[in-house]
Amino acid sequence: MFMSKFGVFGLLMVMAWGFPVPTVGMTGEADFTDEYGIGRPAEDHEIQAWNIDVAPTGQGLPPGQGTVEQGGEVYAEKCAVCHGPTGVEGPETILVGGRGSLGSAEPLKTVGSYWPFATTLYDYIYRAMPLTAPQSLSSDEVYSVIAWLLNRNGVIPEEAVIDATSLVEIHMPNRDGFVPEIQLDHPLP
Amino acid sequence: MSKHPLDVHMVRSLFRSLARFLRISAVENEASGILPMVSRRVLLKLGAVLLGAWATPPVSRSSAADSDAVPEDPTRVPGQLASPYGVRATFERASRLIKPQHSRTPLHQLHGIVTPSALHFERHHNGVPLINPARHRLLIHGLVDRPMVFTVDDIKRFPSVSRLAFIECSGNSGSEWKEPGKDTVQDIHGLTSTSEWTGVPLAVLLREVGMKPEARWMLAEGGDAAALTRSIPIAPMLDQALVCYAQNGEALRPEQGYPLRLLLPGWEGNTNIKWLRRLKLGAAPFMTREETARYTDLMPDGTARQFTLEMEAKSVITSPSGGERIRERGFLEIRGLAWSGRGRVTAVEVSVDGGKHWAAAELQDPVLPMCHTRFRYPWRWEGQAAIIQSRCTDETGYVQPTRRALIRERGTNSSYHYHAIQSWRIMPDGTVHNVHV
Repeated sequence: MFMSKFGVFGLLMVMAWGFPVPTVGMTGEADFTDEYGIGRPAEDHEIQAWNIDVAPTGQGLPPGQGTVEQGGEVYAEKCAVCHGPTGVEGPETILVGGRGSLGSAEPLKTVGSYWPFATTLYDYIYRAMPLTAPQSLSSDEVYSVIAWLLNRNGVIPEEAVIDATSLVEIHMPNRDGFVPEIQLDHPLP
Repeated sequence: MSKHPLDVHMVRSLFRSLARFLRISAVENEASGILPMVSRRVLLKLGAVLLGAWATPPVSRSSAADSDAVPEDPTRVPGQLASPYGVRATFERASRLIKPQHSRTPLHQLHGIVTPSALHFERHHNGVPLINPARHRLLIHGLVDRPMVFTVDDIKRFPSVSRLAFIECSGNSGSEWKEPGKDTVQDIHGLTSTSEWTGVPLAVLLREVGMKPEARWMLAEGGDAAALTRSIPIAPMLDQALVCYAQNGEALRPEQGYPLRLLLPGWEGNTNIKWLRRLKLGAAPFMTREETARYTDLMPDGTARQFTLEMEAKSVITSPSGGERIRERGFLEIRGLAWSGRGRVTAVEVSVDGGKHWAAAELQDPVLPMCHTRFRYPWRWEGQAAIIQSRCTDETGYVQPTRRALIRERGTNSSYHYHAIQSWRIMPDGTVHNVHV
């Protein structure tokens, strides 16, 4: 029955994909109750090449590590031109300071005063910084810049080492400062 | 031949010949089914003559509006020949107001509800990428049975859906939280535009990859130099979201995400990820920079509202509006736009006395959900000072708030989602200004 409708192609599709192809009735109109069979399976290397996001659980953090001191060097070389020598001068986004200012008339939203998750720093710095060469920093460079930023914001001590394990454990000062407007666990219909 | 200046008589006679020829060859085609070789040669020759004549026009087209090249009587001079991709009339000047990373739609110069693609507002976080559609891929992975890759051609093979929808940046009108810092509706409200969008329903793609039942959130990632990401809650958008490849009947503009973008009708602009290259299904939000450090709304107590995805009901009078000057006394049609991310606009009211009295404006068809809606209100202006405002209501019953009510609720440091009633002050000299009342 199946063969008579689809022939060898249909059978191969099922073998290759493991799901049925849509049936075609006498009128030629397709009846799609399942998948269309368009697209191809993703290769592991394709997924790995693009799978750069880092979740608050630490999922996605690569091997590597960095110190505050190393971070100061990377920052001076690659970040200071836009964010200022100590992270407070600008002209682009101010990164340091502002603790306790959020409820005032002049709130200053920085990494230290506003960001709820330290893991987001890894995700964002690697994916988008520096603006002229995104995705160019090594994992050691990213970890070390994070160490420098967190130290300058008074979140971690001078001797701290940041890696995949220690980054997840950091409790950011404004971790509880956000009120979601939607249900975070919204079941599928 | 091409060196000769354009000779009107010659061109006219060529037109006549061409018309006669086309009539004849049409008959021949019907009779024989094939264009005879000789006819094709004649046609090519005629075409070459005509193109040659036009290749060196006596006055360049671009300067036509500024010079006396515009014919005194266009009925006595042949017009331009057909062109492969049209451009607007050379007299028209409506333009986006540009900054490096965004541009604003000239709402005061537009009509109806559709924004011309070339005037759709822009917002990008590290430039507009140059993407070869033949090489572009959409990867869908994470909590799925079958991680898959789709080419742009693959996406176009799926059943196609079109709908009109506005997209508004959540930072639109953000200048108005504190002082009236800007003058024009373009500068204040120009980060909203409406297009017809065509694509495949997201639900179709999620079925194709076998979304797992525990999936709740979807990370959408752009293929631009910001690799912009937002976490999208799946359930509320499952019957609305599209993965689009077309805008207003043609391929997406590069600024609008060519070759693929997400459309989440009614949700804040930045979630409609452009240059879409990856969708990753997960159980929880990914907490990207754009939904924590940015696009969160700071409240007076120092906490921030997060995932404020819906764009609330909003309207603005686009004509007359700030920076313009009313030239004629007498009849004046007040015109504007209203929209809501929660559905249809059900009513727009207009006040010409600073909000003391309100009267219903006419809503112009079509009135569509999550779409700019055009309203009109007939008025007479006889040189009097006035403050004109519009206020809309959407199908949920939500009424656009006054500025005072909005600030009472959210303070002035919210940055995003400013949607209060806009006031324009008309002076006796006809000039129109942005004011807060």
